[in-house]
Amino acid sequence: MRELLILGAGTSGTMMANHLRKKLANDQWNITIIDKEETHYYQPGFLFLPFDIYKPSQVKKKIEKFIPKGVNLIKEKIDVIDKEKNLVRLQNEQELFYDILIIATGTDIAPDEIEGMLGDHWYKSVFDFYTFEGAKNLRDKLRLWEGGKLVVHISEMPIKCPVAPLEFAFLADSYFINKGIRDKVEITFVTPMSGAFTKPKATEALDYLLKQKNIKVIPDFNIERVDGKNKKIIDYAEEEVNYDLLVTVPTNMGDSIMERSGIGDELNYVPTDKTTLQSKIKENIFVIGDATNIPASKAGSVAHFESEILTENIKRFIEGKELNRDFDGHSNCFIETGHGKALLIDFNYTHEPVKGSFPLPGVGPLRLLKETHMNHMGKLAFRWIYWNMLIKGKHIPFVSATMNTAGKELEETTN
Amino acid sequence: MIEKTYSGLCVTCDDQGYLSNLDQWNRNVGEEIAKEEGVEMTQKHWEVIDYLQEQCRKEIPLTIRKVGKSGVVSIKEFYHLFPKGPLKKSSKIAGIPKPVSCI
Repeated sequence: MRELLILGAGTSGTMMANHLRKKLANDQWNITIIDKEETHYYQPGFLFLPFDIYKPSQVKKKIEKFIPKGVNLIKEKIDVIDKEKNLVRLQNEQELFYDILIIATGTDIAPDEIEGMLGDHWYKSVFDFYTFEGAKNLRDKLRLWEGGKLVVHISEMPIKCPVAPLEFAFLADSYFINKGIRDKVEITFVTPMSGAFTKPKATEALDYLLKQKNIKVIPDFNIERVDGKNKKIIDYAEEEVNYDLLVTVPTNMGDSIMERSGIGDELNYVPTDKTTLQSKIKENIFVIGDATNIPASKAGSVAHFESEILTENIKRFIEGKELNRDFDGHSNCFIETGHGKALLIDFNYTHEPVKGSFPLPGVGPLRLLKETHMNHMGKLAFRWIYWNMLIKGKHIPFVSATMNTAGKELEETTN
Repeated sequence: MIEKTYSGLCVTCDDQGYLSNLDQWNRNVGEEIAKEEGVEMTQKHWEVIDYLQEQCRKEIPLTIRKVGKSGVVSIKEFYHLFPKGPLKKSSKIAGIPKPVSCI
């Protein structure tokens, strides 16, 4: 028997377990997946939790529920990957040998990377919404908050779901209008980037919305520290921004397993070939989702597209064939803009988010880069698709892994 | 693409002034771009430029964090040497493409 080992049972790892159990013969390949967690979170739901749009129960389920029959789940912490010996050591000293390793350990917030971010003020006046805990605590805070300076802030790039902070600002605008206290809230969006989003085309569309919603943007702000006592953030150029309520996206980092194993970059992401998803560490190690260092968005849609391409490449690797260089950085995301509307963007390594229709060229029903109610319904429907199709490795009809250029007004990436 | 002349040398740059070919760069070119950017170059500045070019040749993407961990300068010093957008400014002077920290 040969061994395929998957590290991490989040979105990417679970999808790979489901795909590969169907593709690899049961009598030839054992598949084992390792994760220390009990709960599988629907992470896009963390955006809605603070605004009481979703209940906590709608975003969490047991990890086991999505691991297919014939795949062995081990709930244990991972200590190190020994690439020379082709083995993974767990914290309980157990050693697991592998023929093929898939790293799907994702990314997490690292608030301790920014001086002063953690402290007595954490979850009192400074919050994240990238964790279940953070989103839930922020919900409780917002329920009672009577207004003041709300600062929505990104610490440094890359972050998971680069549009989420903007969506948070848009939804906050709606939320306070509905509560009747929008005039008591000043919303400021502070980012290390030069504009609202990572892509210039989308930034144009988003800038318009930010103005319309009276959200002030402070670009090029590279945070050095949080002064929790005096409620301000300070950047390396000594610029200061005051807040009453700081909603920050802390530095995002890959799992510390990479540091312990000596295979990560300075943010613990694994060097990975951006077209094949094979690691640059060793040929029998593959990487998927947020754990890679590839220049694509860290998002569930990207992981989904990657999973289809990686499944094919694992098969080719086993058969001794050359790997397909198919992954094009395809990313597709809804951007909630508040008041029951959303934008949809679709882009890849070489093409900017464009206008057009999706997923059917010329038909839609969703419209790219345009604020519509239908797009918002699409985002809400996505939770069902996620739990019932996406992580179970079922193909989503009409949505291809590589970007479809028909029905789109294309423009090459300029940055 | 636009063409510019620095210290008698004709170089090609993108429309934001980043050189499109590092081979067209030399210290004099760097010095002149620095002047345009309002930066007075010192030994420490050049050490940073050397580091950036070395990373660029190895095709390693650059971030402010990476420069801060390079052992060449701390992030604080980096801001002090190239005020306001240190990575963009230093990349321009180094003759390497605009940093793509944005994805």
